[in-house]
Amino acid sequence: MSDRPAETRILDFSEVDSGITAEEAVAEATRCLQCKKPACSSGCPVGIDIKGFIRCIEGEDFRSAIAIIKESNMLPAICGRVCPQEVQCEGECILGVKDKPIAIGALERFLADWERENGIVVPAVAAKRSEKIAIVGSGPAGLTAAAELARNGFSVTLFEALHDAGGVLIYGIPEFRLPKEIVRSEIEEVKRLGVEIKTNHLVGRSLPVDELLSYDAIILATGAGLPAFMGISGEHQIGVYSANEFLTRVNLMHAEAFPQYDTPVKIGGNVVVIGGGNVAMDAARVARRMGAEVTLVYRRRREDMPARRIEVHHAEEEGIRFLTCTNPTKILGEGTVTGVCVVSMNMCELDDSGRPAATPIPGSERIIPADVVIEAIGQSPNPLLIQMIDGLIREKKGNLKVDESGRTTIPKIFAAGDVATGAATVILAMGAAKVAAESVTRMLSEE
Amino acid sequence: MYRVTSARSLAENVFETWIEAPHVSKNAEAGQFLVLRIGEDGERIPLTISGVRGDLVRVIFMAVGTTTKKLAGLKTGDTILDVVGPLGKPSETHHFGSCVLVGGGVGIACLPIIAKALKASGNTVIGIIGARNKDLLILEDEMREVCDELIVTTDDGSYGIKGFAAGPLKEICETRPPNAVWVIGPAIMMKVTSGATKPFGIKTFVSLNPIMVDGTGMCGSCRVVVNGETRFACVDGPEFDAHLVDFDLLMSRQRFYHPEEKESVEHHHHAGGCGCGGRH
Ligand SMILES: Cc1cc2nc3c(=O)[nH]c(=O)nc-3n(C[C@H](O)[C@H](O)[C@H](O)COP(=O)(O)OP(=O)(O)OC[C@H]3O[C@@H](n4cnc5c(N)ncnc54)[C@H](O)[C@@H]3O)c2cc1C
Ligand code: FES
Repeated sequence: MSDRPAETRILDFSEVDSGITAEEAVAEATRCLQCKKPACSSGCPVGIDIKGFIRCIEGEDFRSAIAIIKESNMLPAICGRVCPQEVQCEGECILGVKDKPIAIGALERFLADWERENGIVVPAVAAKRSEKIAIVGSGPAGLTAAAELARNGFSVTLFEALHDAGGVLIYGIPEFRLPKEIVRSEIEEVKRLGVEIKTNHLVGRSLPVDELLSYDAIILATGAGLPAFMGISGEHQIGVYSANEFLTRVNLMHAEAFPQYDTPVKIGGNVVVIGGGNVAMDAARVARRMGAEVTLVYRRRREDMPARRIEVHHAEEEGIRFLTCTNPTKILGEGTVTGVCVVSMNMCELDDSGRPAATPIPGSERIIPADVVIEAIGQSPNPLLIQMIDGLIREKKGNLKVDESGRTTIPKIFAAGDVATGAATVILAMGAAKVAAESVTRMLSEE
Repeated sequence: MYRVTSARSLAENVFETWIEAPHVSKNAEAGQFLVLRIGEDGERIPLTISGVRGDLVRVIFMAVGTTTKKLAGLKTGDTILDVVGPLGKPSETHHFGSCVLVGGGVGIACLPIIAKALKASGNTVIGIIGARNKDLLILEDEMREVCDELIVTTDDGSYGIKGFAAGPLKEICETRPPNAVWVIGPAIMMKVTSGATKPFGIKTFVSLNPIMVDGTGMCGSCRVVVNGETRFACVDGPEFDAHLVDFDLLMSRQRFYHPEEKESVEHHHHAGGCGCGGRH
């Protein structure tokens, strides 16, 4: 993997990691031990035959290698870039005990990029079936479920509220981590399987619930798009954003190119980002690229941050200032943000989740100047559609209750991705979508 | 792509555009809005659905910002890249008894569709529509048709009763108190006018128009404070109980991008419209 130097990459939105060459890929594949019982695949939420595709790379048969991946994963260029491989496949790789694990993510990405340049082969589609399936939401869960069901021969309509398909892949994850051209290209492939994508359709409004229920099966893949706010004073002032809004303005609406694009976004000289997850890192790094001095405030320690290590590392390289064990108590200003009042936190006993509980240290309050404050403290499922469907049951945090087959409390409605798990990862959403798609296929084949 | 089927000016700088968008028109109800994006480089802006006819929806707007100016420039046959809707909760238009609908400026555009729904539920509907002067008054005939009674006010007295709409509203509250009132217009007008019904304890709705991005509850740009709680106007509204809304906060947040809006309008002006080649 080769990252562009931090000093130059913060000047644009081009990809940070430029990937590996064919020679590097083959050399890396040669390191693979081809274990009898490969642990890597058991660490993959969609169960890719990793050993199999690595063997093909070693034999320089890239075409077969990518075909193996696509048996299990229709979005390899995306997963190769944003999956937390370090805690999945690569985390299980036996080589990692003594040395570096095989760079499985980089290999997956290499193959997907190679295929895009050398001509994409659309997988075979089963004989057409008469049943109609509606999928709501076009993030990784919706796209995966749609692809699986289209391949099984069903007629699939995918509804998306926004003007572009892709969910968080389009509006959330920035260009420098996941180029939008790649997302669009993988979505094109899903379309080529016969999936009809209807953007600008907010299901529940543009498509009433009774029409939705007229489909033979339904998969809800509406994500966890509802942003949480801290509830501290001053957070409705000019200059305060949810990370969702800030990232959407830039990623989806191109506010970085205002006024060529009509959507504006505030930046100012000092940006304070609150949170320690991937979303917080993305918001901080976008703000940095727009020229701000960025301070990231997180209430626990750096090792407690839920963001991927690599993202934390990249953020730090790019000059994001980390204020850990620090919590905002109020946002200052008289209508427009001028600063954030923060307090230091004492990390001591473990809380219910096994993480150290953070308690404020009396007398440690201080003010950091800010022109813009971005809150990235979590998201939960958007309740809009869920509330309109009688009989769906939600769990404590608002996620949909589903069984192990992905079925909700209504027999023909299934759910997958963040809407069922709460905010998680791309690959977990895809894994759950495959399970739901299999369940739908089984249900409709038994009838 | 969504086709503009007719476009005309209703008053100085106020335009009416009909757009072919069956997925919106089919399910649109009174009080809902749509979000549109004119082209690839465009912004997403919310506009109230002010009429529905078959596959067509109507929007009425004042050309003040970049997007509304671009929209005003579209003619019959032109297209709009994206239209999503209907969004927001429909108005509560069950049987109240007697209702008063008050509209100020372009806010009048929201009223006919609500009036029709209220009439359909058996209500008596009195309309009060106000504008700065006679030339800026819109939809008078349409309102006269759907209301049982219509009162017109102008700030300068050039037509109808001289003064603000709050005057006749107060008088009605005193003499024949209605069961529900809607007040729709600029934020300051809604704040002041809905104040007139408060002493009488009459249920009053306002339709809030904060800055929006997605219109689906995903970003929080549209957050408003109602009864001390943060609500998202795009999904929890746009209509709220007028007497519980923090209007000052709404007005402050509406000014979020004032400098940028100016910059954008100037950018587009110099980019073509004015022919100055960027010299001014
Ligand atoms: C900024 C950011 C960075 C992230 N970084 C990573 C990362 O590096 N690696 C990783 O693995 N994960 C990451 N994640 C998490 C990951 O993106 C999500 O877990 C994943 O996208 C969830 O997929 P999904 O399909 O369930 O939902 P989403 O991607 O949220 O898609 C849901 C879609 O449904 C649409 N929708 C909702 N309601 C309706 C309706 N009623 N009608 C029609 N459409 C509707 C929404 O508009 C949206 O497009 C990140 C998330 C964010 C926000
Ligand atoms: S406009 Fe984004 S949440 Fe309402």
